Amino acid sequence: MSALPAHMVLATLRHRIAAIEGGHGPPLAVLPFGVPELDRRLTKGGLALGCLHEVAGGGNGAVDGAAAACFAAGIAARLPGQVLWCVTQADLFAPGLEQAGLPATRVIHVEAGDDTAVLACMEEGLRHGGLACVVADVARLSMTASRRLHLAAKGSGTTGIALRRWRRQAEASDFGQPTAAMTRWRVSALPSAPLPVQGVGRARWMVELLRARAGESFDIELEACDGTGHLGLPADVAGGPAATAGRLAFG
Amino acid sequence: MARVISVFLPMWPVDRLRRQEDSPSDRPLVLAGRLGNRRVLTAVDTGAAGLGLVVGMPVSKAQALVQGLRIEAANPEADLASLERLAFWILQRIAPIVAVDPPDGIVIDSTGADHLHGGEDALLEALTGRLALSGVTARAAVADTWGAAHALARFGGDLAQMPPEALRLPPATVAGLRDMGFATIGDLMAAPRAPLTRRFGPELIRRIDQMFGDAAEPIDALRPPGLIETRRAFAEPIGAAETIARYIGKLVVALCAELDKRGLGVRRLDLICHRVDHELQTVRIGLAVPQRDPQRLTRLLCDRIPTIAPGFGIEIMTLTATITEPLAARQTSTLAPEAPDLSGLIDTLANRVGHRAIYRIAPVASDVPERSVRRIPALSEPTTEGWPDHWPRPTRLFARPEPIETMALLPDQPPVWIAWRGIRRRIARADGPERIFGEWWTREAERVAVRDYFRVEDDAGERLWIFRAGDGEDAATGSHRWFVHGVFG
Repeated sequence: MSALPAHMVLATLRHRIAAIEGGHGPPLAVLPFGVPELDRRLTKGGLALGCLHEVAGGGNGAVDGAAAACFAAGIAARLPGQVLWCVTQADLFAPGLEQAGLPATRVIHVEAGDDTAVLACMEEGLRHGGLACVVADVARLSMTASRRLHLAAKGSGTTGIALRRWRRQAEASDFGQPTAAMTRWRVSALPSAPLPVQGVGRARWMVELLRARAGESFDIELEACDGTGHLGLPADVAGGPAATAGRLAFG
Repeated sequence: MARVISVFLPMWPVDRLRRQEDSPSDRPLVLAGRLGNRRVLTAVDTGAAGLGLVVGMPVSKAQALVQGLRIEAANPEADLASLERLAFWILQRIAPIVAVDPPDGIVIDSTGADHLHGGEDALLEALTGRLALSGVTARAAVADTWGAAHALARFGGDLAQMPPEALRLPPATVAGLRDMGFATIGDLMAAPRAPLTRRFGPELIRRIDQMFGDAAEPIDALRPPGLIETRRAFAEPIGAAETIARYIGKLVVALCAELDKRGLGVRRLDLICHRVDHELQTVRIGLAVPQRDPQRLTRLLCDRIPTIAPGFGIEIMTLTATITEPLAARQTSTLAPEAPDLSGLIDTLANRVGHRAIYRIAPVASDVPERSVRRIPALSEPTTEGWPDHWPRPTRLFARPEPIETMALLPDQPPVWIAWRGIRRRIARADGPERIFGEWWTREAERVAVRDYFRVEDDAGERLWIFRAGDGEDAATGSHRWFVHGVFG
């Protein structure tokens, strides 16, 4: 039985783990999502900056990566500075990104030939240090490659987002493999917010945090990025009487 | 294997004159020079050739044949000087090793230079296209040797079927070969060599060997005066990557000192390694903005060391600033925070993936989605305007719309179900139609064309951007087939 009190043991353990992980740099800043239900379940209340994060789409989104791209664009939009976006196939539509809060003037696109070149470009961008965020569409991400990216991000304080996107649905099982990323997200499209009239409402996502270092995984239903890159909490999920009353008033 | 491009400029003297004129007239133009005692035509333009004038015709005869003929004096020295300027222009844009091939050609060593232009065919097309735009008639061919490329650019077809003129021989030798009945290069190759050499001298056999790569023919690279260049010769050939990197560093420092003296920055930098076996290895890097920072230039060059094959060793290395621009000292302030300088990153990436693969997107005033974006250089001034925000736009747009099967009420109802990539989805909700008209001013076919876009959501919540070609009533407006054009997040 240890003579130390429990919280002291925990603090020592945390210290030792931090030493193993090489976290000698300044303490990591975080970017809150601005949704209290989401932020309070994340370590330190937001997405850690200066790290590597992984985002993938669920279902067909594993192939088209549209919701995942929108989610990444929303994060990049809320960081000040230029964004580097590396792709192998150029199918991003700039007006769509602008509606997720990321205007075309802030994005530098790199169209690299293959996955290896994309990873090399991403690492170069992360090491540079003058960018707000580096996003890359990658299919395969090995432990070694992700470790390199993570260290590069840590060294410069630039946030990296590996947008996992596969050519075929079957290859998405690769997402189960471990990587050095700080968090791993899966964003799947859900039916949009119901409207009192015909039409498609604000897009909704099932946002799942599948893996987080020193944190717990969870899933939450959210409304997609607005014009400033902020996510929203659906009114019916928030479930307040006011929301219900509002809908009744419409109906 | 070396690759050589030969550019043939059949009408160079007249093209040069026409380019220098402010208001080109369409009168037939010929150039006249002296051949011994006679005045003869030395060059004719297309108009004059169409009237039956040929090179070598006496001037008096040409004047008698064509009324109102424009005759200018031939000036071979000016032609050559102008050809050198053209070669320098190609040196700056296409490849590091370029030489003039007088009187009417330019030769380019394109080994390893084509990938930045998207392959050999694209390179040739871009080269002849740009020359044609500036009013120069040009034909270009690429081959493994200078001799073969020269012959292909001028005669075309199969090397063995070409006449002896294709061998770059003095006219007397060609006439002699004709007298002996040699009509093609194939005939010459079939004949025994010793009697040919005894009769015509070693030149004939040397030219044949050069054409088929059996004899070396180095290209004496054009080095215009005033080009900033540093050079280092080694007592012992070098080959190790670390050694190459060390000497690149020394060359760059010397070059930057020279640039500093003249107040210039470099936009394009060529490293040429002369190997002991007379092969050349070249590295070319481009920069988005003028630079003379030794560290950055060294790093960009050292990134490319794996592409240098040292072979048995490198004996001379030269570093040339091919394109330079004024670079003045800049005042910096520690008080106001500056925007981070991204030019270094962009150079590094551009030299890795090609400068066309790194870009920004700028809006274009067009309703047609695929035409509403264009690529601009990554370091261009930011544009202020964006896209109109009336309608939601997808995050991913397919390069070409994918056809789908649907069941929909015409004219303006969204589909009830769609089948895309073999999967049938029931449409739960839809927005639309958003009608986009063709741009009647660009193409005749778009005068009446219409697309009706819908934003649809299926049972599972996937949101797609689909459209119907046509307005649903008039068959002239489109095929009335349905397509998926993009995916919303």
